[in-house]
Amino acid sequence: MSTNFNSIGVFAIYKFEMSRFRRTFWQSLVTPIITTLLFLLVFGSAIGGRVGGIGGVSYAAFIVPGLIMLTVLNESLSNASFGIYMPKFTGTIYEILSAPLSPAEIVIGYVGAAVSKSVLLGLLILVTATTLIPISIKHPIIMLFMLIFIAIIFSMLGFIIGLLAKSFDQLQFFPLLIVTPLTFLGGAFYAIDMLPSPWQTLSLVNPIVYLVSAFRWTFLGESAVNIGSSLVVISFLFITGVILIISIFRTGYRIKA
Amino acid sequence: MNKSIVISDVDKIYQNGTKALDAINIDIMEGEIFALLGPNGAGKTTLIKIICGLTNMTSGKILINNLDIIDDYRAARKQIGLVPQELDTDMFETVWDTVTFTRGLFGLRENKPLIKNILNNLSLWEKRNEEIKNLSGGMKRRVLIAKALAHEPKILFLDEPTAGVDVELRQDMWNLVRSYQNNNVTIILTTHFIDEAEELADRVGVIDNGSLIVVKEKNELMSSLGKKQILFFLEEPLQFIPDSLSDFRLNLKKSNTTLEYTVTEKNEGVSVSRLIKTLDSNNIRFRKIETVQSSLEDIFVKLVTKK
Ligand SMILES: Nc1ncnc2c1ncn2[C@@H]1O[C@H](COP(=O)(O)OP(=O)(O)OP(=O)(O)O)[C@@H](O)[C@H]1O
Ligand SMILES: [Mg+2]
Repeated sequence: MSTNFNSIGVFAIYKFEMSRFRRTFWQSLVTPIITTLLFLLVFGSAIGGRVGGIGGVSYAAFIVPGLIMLTVLNESLSNASFGIYMPKFTGTIYEILSAPLSPAEIVIGYVGAAVSKSVLLGLLILVTATTLIPISIKHPIIMLFMLIFIAIIFSMLGFIIGLLAKSFDQLQFFPLLIVTPLTFLGGAFYAIDMLPSPWQTLSLVNPIVYLVSAFRWTFLGESAVNIGSSLVVISFLFITGVILIISIFRTGYRIKA
Repeated sequence: MNKSIVISDVDKIYQNGTKALDAINIDIMEGEIFALLGPNGAGKTTLIKIICGLTNMTSGKILINNLDIIDDYRAARKQIGLVPQELDTDMFETVWDTVTFTRGLFGLRENKPLIKNILNNLSLWEKRNEEIKNLSGGMKRRVLIAKALAHEPKILFLDEPTAGVDVELRQDMWNLVRSYQNNNVTIILTTHFIDEAEELADRVGVIDNGSLIVVKEKNELMSSLGKKQILFFLEEPLQFIPDSLSDFRLNLKKSNTTLEYTVTEKNEGVSVSRLIKTLDSNNIRFRKIETVQSSLEDIFVKLVTKK
């Protein structure tokens, strides 16, 4: 193994990915903003008025961390998976593979860009929400770190999906049919302790419950799931992602025939 | 001369069980143009892909300027530029950006004069701000070449660089290849235009069904495997070849109106005048003499159909 990190190469990938983002800049921004406005309007004002507050804040303020999670998970997945799937699909992956880049550097380039984009959108939703309703963040620094960390996990997951996918359908299958439902069921819009007890217990096998709960904790200072267990689950997901990616590259699976 | 590439006992079996390469051994010298020839599916692209890191070899060892392509992949790959067989390009990137991108991947900082020079040499400078999807096939091929040159490689792989390229451009490309050779870049080229190999190559390797069947200096290959023949068009048909001509290994062709004499390395030069004298003394008159020489193409076809 050579020791020198190919930072210019990593940045080239990062820049390439971000420029793809720039080409669809307005679409990328407008969709989450409108979604946020709709959610806050429908759930926050219309329904929230009847539900009353949860965890000491208004229902609208309660769902904001959930909304951010929903977007960040989806954006991380779709950007990272698309980012690596496209060159595989068009054949331009040959460039990346023939360059003096280690697997880790390739991952950092793609995942880094997907993380940047989804964190940016997450923050944008936060800003949009604060213009509409009062929001207070108990642990802002931890919130930011948590956001970035969760974005990294799901960008890695997206990267893996993009590596393994054989078609565009497969690319969309996972986010649409698994992650979005799990996010909805993961307490993005309710506190899981509001559920009857068998459902509450069942929810605990859903990893996204821990992410949403921990992220909401950074806002409210309290959470449905113990913050310690959430951190354990998050770390576990992170390490699993890293190991999966390394082993995929080691074997050349689905990349190097 | 230094060895640019040392390929030792390389085997490749694809995951579906296809044996694409079988015990390949080739040394490629610095600054030479090496043409890798072979029919469709012979394994040419597979070998190139292995050297460039696009696919893993099943067994064997490859050194690039003494650097192992697996253990020292960073240093090894920095020396290599690849123009792939397929026209795989991004669509929405501009020519300038995509060439700059490749240079970046190889860990090199931007160098505008260099990129400008490369684009100029490939007549792409006017198209630098064009999105690749708006270019013709031949232009895309040139963009791929520009990308391969962007990090100033010492070794250049050209996998069918002139497929789908017009005649004029083909000449330009040959000139470009020669100019890089003059700068001591080692060039490995595959092509189905055998005349291209004949024109450019210093050495030729023929691969068939995953096995290397011959590696030789082009000139040596052509003289040892090629045939030079002298045809004597006779004034009158000859019924049989007289005994006095029996040491000349002659053939009677075209309803006995043509005598065919095959020049071999042994008899070259020495015996032609003796043959002519002997013909004369046997009263065999001829209208004209023609010499024919087999092209690299003839040799190639003979090699790969022999099996
Ligand atoms: N990804 C792959 N998976 C399985 N088999 C493959 C793969 N790529 C190539 N092959 C097989 O390996 C053999 C060699 O293919 P290769 O592309 O190296 O040939 P080639 O000499 O470059 O041919 P051509 O002149 O048509 O480009 C063929 O039998 C081909 O079908
Ligand atoms: Mg080929």
